[in-house]
Amino acid sequence: MSATLDQIFVLLQHWLVSFLPAVLQPFVSVLLGVVVIIGLFPALFAFAVWMERKGLGRIQNRLGPNRVGPFGLLQPIADGIKSLTKEDIVPLSADVVVHFLAPLVLVVAVFMGFAVLPMGRNMVLVDMDAGLLFYFAMGASTELSIFMAGWSSRNKYSLLGAMRAVAQMISYEVPLLMSSVAVVMIAGTLSLTKIVAAQNSYSGVFPHWYIFTPWGLAGFLMYVVSSMAETNRSPFDLPEGESELVAGYFTEYSGFKFALFFLGEYLAMFSISGLGTVLFLGGWSAPFSFLTWVPSWIWFFSKLMMSISVFIWIRGTLPRLRQDQLMNFAWKFVLPMTLLNLFVAALWRFLGEGWERWVICSVILLLAYVVLGRTGMREGKFGPRRYRYAE
Amino acid sequence: MLGEGILKGLWETAKNFTGSYVSADRLTTVEYPEQRIAPIEATRDFPFLVFDEENRDGGDPVWEAGLRCVACQICEKECPPKCIYIERSKDKKLDYLGKAQYYPARFDIDISVCMSCQICVEVCPFDAIKMDTEFELSTTDRFGGLLLDREQLAKPNEYYHKIHPAEAAGVDAHLAEEKVKADAKAKAAAEAKLAAEAKAAADAAAKATGEGA
Ligand code: SF4
Ligand code: SF4
Repeated sequence: MSATLDQIFVLLQHWLVSFLPAVLQPFVSVLLGVVVIIGLFPALFAFAVWMERKGLGRIQNRLGPNRVGPFGLLQPIADGIKSLTKEDIVPLSADVVVHFLAPLVLVVAVFMGFAVLPMGRNMVLVDMDAGLLFYFAMGASTELSIFMAGWSSRNKYSLLGAMRAVAQMISYEVPLLMSSVAVVMIAGTLSLTKIVAAQNSYSGVFPHWYIFTPWGLAGFLMYVVSSMAETNRSPFDLPEGESELVAGYFTEYSGFKFALFFLGEYLAMFSISGLGTVLFLGGWSAPFSFLTWVPSWIWFFSKLMMSISVFIWIRGTLPRLRQDQLMNFAWKFVLPMTLLNLFVAALWRFLGEGWERWVICSVILLLAYVVLGRTGMREGKFGPRRYRYAE
Repeated sequence: MLGEGILKGLWETAKNFTGSYVSADRLTTVEYPEQRIAPIEATRDFPFLVFDEENRDGGDPVWEAGLRCVACQICEKECPPKCIYIERSKDKKLDYLGKAQYYPARFDIDISVCMSCQICVEVCPFDAIKMDTEFELSTTDRFGGLLLDREQLAKPNEYYHKIHPAEAAGVDAHLAEEKVKADAKAKAAAEAKLAAEAKAAADAAAKATGEGA
């Protein structure tokens, strides 16, 4: 019974496809998967927007949306309808073609990333051997779309926002990759399904997720920081800092194109949380061995929603960084830490089983964290800046 | 230590998040259309014209007869964005001092232009224009609906007392003082006139006697 429930979507797909002639079957089954992804994640987006508005409200001791539908649940629908009825304004001097293409490129590139994410046992659209590589290739093209948006608008705010975005995303792309490479080193594969499978075993009741190892925890933390910067989420939302740049690279967008950017941002958040889940949190595997009867896709999506909640929580807590803090943090803290983490992962692999590797790896990472953090703070690289004339 | 502040901050927001479900006193906002907070006395948004309930000149309607405004047009000249338009009447009416005065045949304020600076109130020598606190003024007609005429602007003195009690009491005291002064002056003038008349009569009588003699 639980096995059927676990595979329910796969079985459903097979059953639907079985009505068709054999020639069409592979094609239609992929198409079905695409349709489900394109339908499911925007729905999740609507829910996440509601969650975010509610959560931020509560964090600020407000109620959040509570007028449209029960608990304001229909608010995203109202927002969607509103954005559809808005006039689509294109600035006179904008580059019309590029201006039009930018949001599309963003959404398409982000959707491509979902193709390789395993969302449950056997639930992956394309099981690529180099899934991780494909994912990062697609993730990098979102930068292109953001620069297209900023450049084609011919507006200085847009351009500034886009330049900030590109600088930030390229700086954090490196640590993001590096922290995932540690996982690849240990798992010995670039295929995301195999990475999940490698974590899907238990000692006693506890799972072998990579986050429960010293290098995994360090890698996960670095991954979280860089993924927040990659998706332009607060506290790394400089490219769209309202107080400085109106709305950054999408200042000149209105109506549905604006909604597409908004959608793209959230989809990027989902996909990057999904990847983090796969790499460090065991993907669709259950957190305790006695819970394996719960369908795998439930675990994947609950982990995803948990990550989104953390994103929201952090957004409600931290103020925006300054550009120099952002860059210093990326190049002088996160990058050295991830490089060191690669070394530690290698050490972990070759020290063999036993308690020694736990101690050695933890000590190296902790020391590095303290030393790097202390020096950075003392030199005023990440902490608050002292203004000579303000004292 | 790097990251300490972030943890502290996260703890704080987590407390807010759960706290706002547990205790209602944490909530800083009210559910506006259903709940309202008591208005603050110094609130002001747009001007209105004060009229006195007691119908002095017999004309109706009451608000028109009781308007304190004498159409002197000082406010119209002083209003920085020039959103007041006044047409002075041809005839005169008695004001609260019993003096014949002009009155505004038209008095329009375009509240879409008004910037709530209160200068019109400061310059009015007759305490005829005051600041209102009514803020639910949305309308479907953005031109006509926001151009308030005399009738829409006129509000009784009681209303003024309700929204700005302390200020209105001061104004009333001031007006009463003026009235006492004016009455005393009128009385003195009347007495002087009487005395002058008596003197004239006495003079005439003396003249008549003198002629008769
Ligand atoms: S408040 Fe200021 S802007 Fe408004 S009518 Fe009076 S003088 Fe004019
Ligand atoms: S200054 Fe006062 S009395 Fe003169 S026109 Fe304006 S409101 Fe009327």
